[in-house]
Amino acid sequence: MPLLPRLTNLARKGPSGWMIIIGAITISTIVIMTLIAPYVSPYNPSAINVGPILQPPSLKFPMGTNHLGEDMLSRVLSGGATMLEVALLSMVVCMIGGIPIGLLASFTGGVADKAASLVMDSIYAFPGLVLAIAIAAMLGPGVVNMALAIAVVYIPSYYRIVRSQVLTIKELNYVEAARSLGARSTKILTRYIFPNLLPSVVVVATINLADAILTEAGLTFVGLGLPVSTPDWGWDLTYGRELLASGAWWVIGFSGLMIVITAFGFTILGEGLSELLNPKLTERT
Amino acid sequence: MIFLLLSIVFLVLRVLPGDPARLHFGERAVKPATLIALRHALGTDKPIINQYFDYLIGLLHGNLGKSMADFSPVTQQVMSAFPATLELAIYATAIAVTLGILLGVRASRRYNHPEDHMIRAYGIISYAIPVFYLGMVFQLIFGLGLHWFPTGGRTYPGMEPTGFQWGTLHFATGLYTVDSLLEGSLPKFFTALRYLFLPSLTLGIVLSGVFVRLTRINMLESLRMDFVTAARARGIKERTITYTYALKNAFLPVLTMMGLQFAALLAGAVLTETTFSWPGLGRYLVDRISLRDYTAVQGAVVFFALLVATVSLIVDVLYAYFDPRIRL
Repeated sequence: MPLLPRLTNLARKGPSGWMIIIGAITISTIVIMTLIAPYVSPYNPSAINVGPILQPPSLKFPMGTNHLGEDMLSRVLSGGATMLEVALLSMVVCMIGGIPIGLLASFTGGVADKAASLVMDSIYAFPGLVLAIAIAAMLGPGVVNMALAIAVVYIPSYYRIVRSQVLTIKELNYVEAARSLGARSTKILTRYIFPNLLPSVVVVATINLADAILTEAGLTFVGLGLPVSTPDWGWDLTYGRELLASGAWWVIGFSGLMIVITAFGFTILGEGLSELLNPKLTERT
Repeated sequence: MIFLLLSIVFLVLRVLPGDPARLHFGERAVKPATLIALRHALGTDKPIINQYFDYLIGLLHGNLGKSMADFSPVTQQVMSAFPATLELAIYATAIAVTLGILLGVRASRRYNHPEDHMIRAYGIISYAIPVFYLGMVFQLIFGLGLHWFPTGGRTYPGMEPTGFQWGTLHFATGLYTVDSLLEGSLPKFFTALRYLFLPSLTLGIVLSGVFVRLTRINMLESLRMDFVTAARARGIKERTITYTYALKNAFLPVLTMMGLQFAALLAGAVLTETTFSWPGLGRYLVDRISLRDYTAVQGAVVFFALLVATVSLIVDVLYAYFDPRIRL
């Protein structure tokens, strides 16, 4: 089906359809912007002294300059790359970690399930950012290390949703039928149960991407971010805090707004998807 | 649960690759002998299982070790930073829950109207804003622009309340708003409140989204129950029905959420405290990270774990109290 009729179809589904459309458009815009940034940026985002320092927005520098004379517009255009990279990488790690553990633990049941649930619940109960800070502080800076620190925090979310779904699905008649026909456990898990998990995993992943972005920004803000030369929205907010006293609102203003927009895009997309996929949860009038 | 939380903290801090002694010096070159001496002083040269027992025994004694930066006991430093965080947390929760219930009830009464959509959008946006960004925007507008509120710290220097003092009897909670009242000094109370306003508003708004959503959904459900229809049939005012009949039923999940959100609250507090130079636990943690003071970082993280465990216990007890169907 071509794209446009699909979109109108979605819009007809009411608020949840609209939420998905708004979210998808927001995120694609951000991704496209980040991808084409190197070709459209007026200046090199990490070149210092391209203009006078701490210039308010003007025609030459539409978003002003920071204390190093870097052009904020160029930094805003390309500042999302790190954040998206870290968020996506952490999502992949979460899936690799959370889904198999959840599948195996809930399918086998017994002690394995109890032990896994206990550990996952404890991690889940912990303040996410504090745990991520502790891990990131021990691993040191870097994209992969940050992604790992964030992934540990969010693995339990994947585990919990997978587990609760498997517990329901594995009692369903068709799984029973497959088993009575002599299908092996591995086949039941991969061919019959796993595909049914995907919708809920997608919802969790989308909402967690928003969380991961905010956590990445938080880690950067407390000083566990990437080396200073990489343009990054979170880093702009970090040093921008010191510049607030001089009234330089444009240093934090635009970069922060971009974080909000990106996180908003993922959240609203996830909300829309979850309403569409689990209608009974929300609409009961 | 507590035991498991503490074990996870230990695992993260000790078993993960990364040598505190090495990290402490950063990029600087150090003599191997210095490193070995520091490892010995920290006890990280012992086998991992011995370290684990040392750690647990230390915790039982309430001993979190000595700071690597200034060599004073971490327990003392953590305890002196805690009241500031507690005060921020209390006010932020109050703001979050009040905002959440007011907006949530409003949205449920205007179900599917533009007002409902706007409130839902508020819920999502408040969730998507990094708390430190909102804090800085408030600092810019209300602090640097309008000069209504101070942008950092807990109170004006010299305005620290002493608490209750009567002869040799002395009692202080460490919560400035409480202590200033105990002392009987209204100027100190209002100063403390002014300093508290922006940080707690920031944190409160960011946390309120969850409560808006939860109140809305639960109110929608309660309003559709038979007893509400019955009350309407008896001609009771709609306002009374909403606030006294339906809200009472919708409140229990909100209480549970308050417990669950405590972890998010602490995480938010770390960033809020950093933004507003608020001398609490979060700021202590962040400061110690930049000093590469790993015993202090560990101490602060362990303390966070204990806090979370304690609060979840309290919420369980409260829950049983409010809902007699539940037995502990």
